[in-house]
This record gives sequence, structure tokens and C-alpha cells, in this order.
Amino acid sequence: MSHPTRKDHAGAKLGMWLFLFTELLLFGGLFLLYGTYLARYPREFAAAGREMHLGFGTANTVILITSSLMAAMAVTAIQRNGRRQVVYLLGGTVLCGAVFLFNKYLEWSAEIGRGIYPGSPRLAAGPPGESVFYSLYYLTVGLHGLHVLIGGTLLTVVAARVGRGTIHAGDFAWLENGALYWHLVDLVWIFIFPLYYLVL
Amino acid sequence: MKPTDQTPPPAASFWNDTGRSGITAWLFSTDHKRIGLLYFFSVFGFFLVGVVLGLLLRIELMAPGRTIMGPQTYNALFTVHGVVMVFLFIIPGFQGSFGNLIMPIQIGARDVAFPRLNLFSWWLYMGGAAIILTSLFTGGGPPDTGWTFYLPFSSRTGTNVSLAVFGVFIVGFSSIATGVNFVTTIHRLRAEGMTWGRLPLFVWSLYATAWVQILATPILGITLVLIIAERLLGTGLFDPSRGGDPLMYQHLFWIYSHPAVYIMILPAMGVISDIIPVFARKPIFGYKMIAFSSLAIAAAGSLVWGHHMFTSGMSDTAILVFSFLTFVVAIPSAIKVFNWVSTLYRGSISLEAPMLFSLSFILLFSIGGLTGLIQGAAATDIHVHDTQFVVGHFHYVIFGGSGFAFFAAMHYWLPKFYGRRYAEKPAIIAWALMFVGFNILYFSMIVLGLEGMPRRYYDYLPEFAPLNLLSTIGSWILAAGLVLLLVNLFRGLRSGERVGSNPWGGATLEWSIPTPPPTENFEEEPVVSHGPYDFRGAGIP
Amino acid sequence: MASERTGSHIIGYGTLTAVWIALLALTALTVWVALNAPGIGHVWGSLAIAAAKGGLVIAFFMHMRYEGRLLRWLLFVALLTLAIFIGLTFFDVLYR
Repeated sequence: MSHPTRKDHAGAKLGMWLFLFTELLLFGGLFLLYGTYLARYPREFAAAGREMHLGFGTANTVILITSSLMAAMAVTAIQRNGRRQVVYLLGGTVLCGAVFLFNKYLEWSAEIGRGIYPGSPRLAAGPPGESVFYSLYYLTVGLHGLHVLIGGTLLTVVAARVGRGTIHAGDFAWLENGALYWHLVDLVWIFIFPLYYLVL
Repeated sequence: MKPTDQTPPPAASFWNDTGRSGITAWLFSTDHKRIGLLYFFSVFGFFLVGVVLGLLLRIELMAPGRTIMGPQTYNALFTVHGVVMVFLFIIPGFQGSFGNLIMPIQIGARDVAFPRLNLFSWWLYMGGAAIILTSLFTGGGPPDTGWTFYLPFSSRTGTNVSLAVFGVFIVGFSSIATGVNFVTTIHRLRAEGMTWGRLPLFVWSLYATAWVQILATPILGITLVLIIAERLLGTGLFDPSRGGDPLMYQHLFWIYSHPAVYIMILPAMGVISDIIPVFARKPIFGYKMIAFSSLAIAAAGSLVWGHHMFTSGMSDTAILVFSFLTFVVAIPSAIKVFNWVSTLYRGSISLEAPMLFSLSFILLFSIGGLTGLIQGAAATDIHVHDTQFVVGHFHYVIFGGSGFAFFAAMHYWLPKFYGRRYAEKPAIIAWALMFVGFNILYFSMIVLGLEGMPRRYYDYLPEFAPLNLLSTIGSWILAAGLVLLLVNLFRGLRSGERVGSNPWGGATLEWSIPTPPPTENFEEEPVVSHGPYDFRGAGIP
Repeated sequence: MASERTGSHIIGYGTLTAVWIALLALTALTVWVALNAPGIGHVWGSLAIAAAKGGLVIAFFMHMRYEGRLLRWLLFVALLTLAIFIGLTFFDVLYR
């Protein structure tokens, strides 16, 4: 059982979950800061939250949830030997990720255009809580965007390996772990969304 | 590194079996034993760098006023000493070197769960270390913030903080990779019959440590990202003039860095728990409680970070809570000490080098722990906060504790991998020099701190001069002992007396396989039928 | 050897789609609550809805519902640790 050439599916999954815990705690540090600063500046946070583009936020939530659905379906599909379906589903997931990032680009451009970015003169002149809110927003969402990028790359590699047949119904730990990573990205966004877009 | 003799070790040994040749057979090996030795020589190299820096700091403090360096150099040196010792030596030290060398064998596995991740972890460590070293010689020069990188100073100083912090961030990744690997390995790869109740206590301590690495290191990661963001983007999250709160930085930093001292000390306690029964010729007393207390220390140790902030302006309620929780950690630590002492009681103790280092560990760690309680109580902490007392306390725990356990482990386990051993008499002289030098060096600091000498200044008032001189002399005795230890140990590993598979008479699995171990450790998958300290069950007289 | 089962359970497309619809409904609900019940108290409401959504993602998309006891316990420990880190910090923030 301890032979290194033998595949240990459950071991790979356990390792992935442990890694996901570290990701949870990484974002957890930012949520901790958010919580403490929200307790100190409730009014400023609410005022700043009203300035956010709720449309972009909601659209991106729907996009990520849908992408997560496709990633989960891909895991089901590979267990049913539907190799082509897996590639399509993963393609759809990655496409959703790309659209998500494009939306993010539009949203950030609009905000930076209005003079909202860390250290901007507008925020320096405004109330202190507002600058804290936007700094946290840019850091959290930026870090999350980086994870979308990494997850998208990972799933692209996995899709290529499924296409080549090195990931198949008998050994799909890579696909399962890639999907787990993508769900984590979704999970983090599920909490970012109300905290930054809905503190009206 | 290889043992040199006319008769080479058996062909199956991990030293000669390899698909690659030369240095790449080491740098790209996924064998846990080779990675363990890579880690060992890397961390030990950085330890020696840290020792030299520490000696320089002590020379500066030998007499009041400027001795060999000015304030800016002094600030940079104590920062680099701290960063190197904490992040490059003692945090990766046990897990990377002895954890890798010993743990898979002790649980009856052929390797860790993710051998390639294991190699990657070492490369990350070396990459991070290279970045940290680069930061010393580029940009605005070596960081002068102290190893804690406290904001807001670290966002304003012109020294090369960003690069150094980035290096520490990479080293953190390496630590997480090792933690994930070890938890998975211990869950999935135990041999048949190796139940949780038969795990050697060293493995238990590594398991607890790995959990701290997994759950606390990410918080350090985000904290370091925030420092870089503060410096490069001007986020102002810890800048009071823009609504930030510098105390929040201290919270985040210590949420990791207090548990990090348990990353440093827990495996050391595991080493001691493995060595003491072997040299007392007696099963360990209170196996379950020692195993449990490792987990309890890991858990409770994650709840006490606020005791670093008693004088920072934190709320009184928080001081009360964190002070109470700090005292709670003393309970599992004391459980360990009592169980070790009970194991010694009526044992037939043989005082060889590993045992001497282990016994001095108990004493030095106890002094370190008890001085810790003085700081855990808020009232007394206000008196000793930021004095040399803290420096003395910390070195008693981490050098007298973890460091001495590291030396014990070197004498106990390295012969297994080299097939040769050191000479006993010089090893004991080295131990005696180090023990005496250590106490002169650091006990002086404890007294100086109580008298009110602050830490982190290159100069001091004349009344502190005699004890400082004494402390510096102690550092030279300690260094002399260290040199003797190294010469004796490594000469012994090269050309000393050959050892068999079980030189100490241990009952854990690593002593049941040939010396040096074969590439895949076990000829056939072992079936474990006795506990780790059941000497009779293992057939040892 | 620990007896952790390998997760060979296959979740049907129907179940996954139902979870997806529930997630969309909860998203609509949280936006509606935010727009119609202003005030700081609704942060807790939004977080409760987010927790429900997160629970669905973990249980079905991430297969936690079909995993052995070990993974569930470990997840619990990780979340508890984060909660404690945040909670203990508030002893300082709330009482300063």
C-alpha cells in the first residue's frame, strides 16, 4: 500500500483538501481585517458599498456559480466515461472564468476612472474608513482574480490531459482536484459578493 | 558527504542506488532520505550563518558604546540574525531534515505521500532563501526592522524590506507543502499494524506540527502580502492617518508567529520523547498523554498570540483573555516534562551524547518555559517587555530547547544514514562546553533584562557592562563547543567506527532495517506487531 | 492502514442542476434583501445566506456529503480555527 507507484486516490484528495484549507485561511486573514474594520467604520463601509457596481457583482456571481456547476458535471461525466463531454464542460468552465475576469477588467477600469484606487487623491481626501474599504476590496478581489487565473490554467491543462486520455475513468484524481480548486474559488467569491457589493 | 572506505556500503543503500549521476542525483532526487540530507545541510548551513551573526552582535555588546559597528549595522544584523534563524533554520529545520529522514521509515512507508512535492518544497525553500540573501546586498541594503517586520516602520524604512518579505513568503509556501505532505503521509501510508497508538512520539509531534504549518502559515502569507502592498501600492491598511490600525498588523503577524514557535519546539519534544526511553532502557511513561499533549499544545498554542501585545495598547479584555490562555498552554508542556522525568525514574540510564543533549533540553526548556510564564502574566510582562529578559527567555526555549534537541537528533540519527559514528569522548566535552557557555550567555541576559536593559540597542548604560561582558564570554565558550561538536561529528560520519543496524538498541522501525537504509527502506512491506518503546517486543535485551 | 474510502460516488446531473438552481435562487434572495432591507443588521443576514450557499457548494459540488468522516472533521477543524482567529481578535477590537 505504501508503494509509490501505486495510485492513492484518497490520499491525493486528502492532500488537495489540506491545501484548500490553507487557501481558506489565506483569504481568512483578509476577511478578519474586513470584519474588524467594518466594526470600526460601519457607516463609511455602507457608503462605500453603495458606490460599487451591483450589476457587475451579481453577473459575476451567476457566472462563477454556473462555471462551478460545469466543473462538478465534468467530474460526473468522467466517471461515466464521457470524455468528449468532460472536455466541453471544462471548456465552458474556463470560458466562464475568462468572462468573469473580463467583467472585472471593465469594473476596475470604471472605478479607477472615477479616481477610486489605493492611495488615490480622491480617497485620501475622503473619510478614512472609505479608503480602508477600497484598499481591502482591491486586495481581496485582486487575490481572488489571481486564483481564477490559476484555476483556469489548471483546468485547461486538465482538459488537455483528458483529451489525450492520460486522465480517464480509472484515474481522474487530477480532474477531481482541479474541480475542487475551482469550487474553492467559487466559494470565496460567494462570501466576497455580499461583503463588498451588498453592504449598502 | 559519502562515507569513504575501501569497503563500500551495501549496494542496496540509498547512497549508491540512483538513476542519475553526480550532483543531479541529489538535486532532483525524490527519495525522502536524500531530500532529508539536502534539507539538513541547507538548514544547518544557515544555522552557522546565524551563529556568526549572533557572535558579532555579542561582540558589539561586549562594552558600552560603539565596539565594532554603528547603530544601523547593528539593526540590520539583528534583523538578519532573526530572519535567518527563524525562517531559514528552525522553522524548516526539524520537519525538513529529520522529519524527512526518519518519519517515513518510522511509520513503515517507502516514501512520503507526494515525493515530487517534497522535492519541490526543498527547491522553494532554497529559492526563498536565495531571495532573502539577495535582499541583503541590493536595493536599500539589509532590512533593519527586526524579524517581525512591524508596520508602520517597515513601510517607511528605505531598506530592502519588500524583497526580504517576498523571500519569506516563498519559504512559507515550502513550509505549507511539507505540512500537507506529512499529514497525508501519516494518514495514508502507515504500514500494516502501525496503528495510531503505535506511532512513535516523534511522528506524533510531526503530525501536530504539520497541522500548525497548514493552518497558521497562510495567515503569515497574507500578512507578508499586505506589507508588500503597503509599500508598493500604498494601501494604507495599517496607517492611522488613513483609517488603518497598526495593531491589526501585530494581530495578523502573531496569529502565525506565535504558533510558529510551536512549529519550532514540537518536533524537538518528539525527538526527546524518542531518545529518552532508549537511553533509559525503559518504555516511555505516559505514551498517550505525550501524544495527546502534542496536539493540545498545537491547538492551545494557536490561541495565545495576543501575549506579544500586552504593552501595545490592546484592550484590557483581550489582555485578560490572552493571559489566561497562555497559562493554559503551560499544562500540556508540563505534562511532557513530567512524563519524561517519570520515564527516567528507575531506568538504567546511559549518559551518551544524545542523552546528555536530551537531558539538558529538559532543564533549559523548563527555564525557558517558566520565564515565559513571567511574560504571560500581564502585570509582570509590563516590567520585562522589550528587555533582554525576552531575548534570554526566547533563546532558552528555542536554542536551549529546539537547538539542543537538534544536536541530540544529529548524534542519534545521522550515524544511521552514514553507517559510521562519532567519537564519544569529544562529543561529551563539546556538550559540556556548550551547556556551560549557553547558560553563561543567556542567563546573563535574563538578569540584565530584569535590571532593565532594553533589547535591540547597540549601546547601553555603564552599569550593565559587567554582565554583558560575561554574556559575550559565554558566547565564545558556546561557539568553541559547537566547533568541537561539528568537527567530531562530521569526522566520525566520514571515517569513524562503523555501526550496525541498531547501535542504540531502539525499538522503533528505523532500527530494524540495514544501515545505511536501502533506497526503498524495507525489503518487503513491514507488519508492525509491537509498540515504539516495547523493547522486549522488539527483541532487544 | 486507515480505512478512508475512495470517493467513487457519482452525483447525477439532475442533482447538480437542482443545486445550481438553488444557488441562483439564494443569490436573487440576497440581492433582494440587500436592496429592500437597508441597515447594518443585514450584514448578518447576507452572511447567513452566503453560508447556506457555501454549504451547498461544499456538500454537493465538492462531494463532501459523500466523503468519509475524516475529511468532514478536518474541514470542521479548519473552519473552527479561522472562526477562533477572527473571534479572539474581536476581544481586542470590540473592547478597546
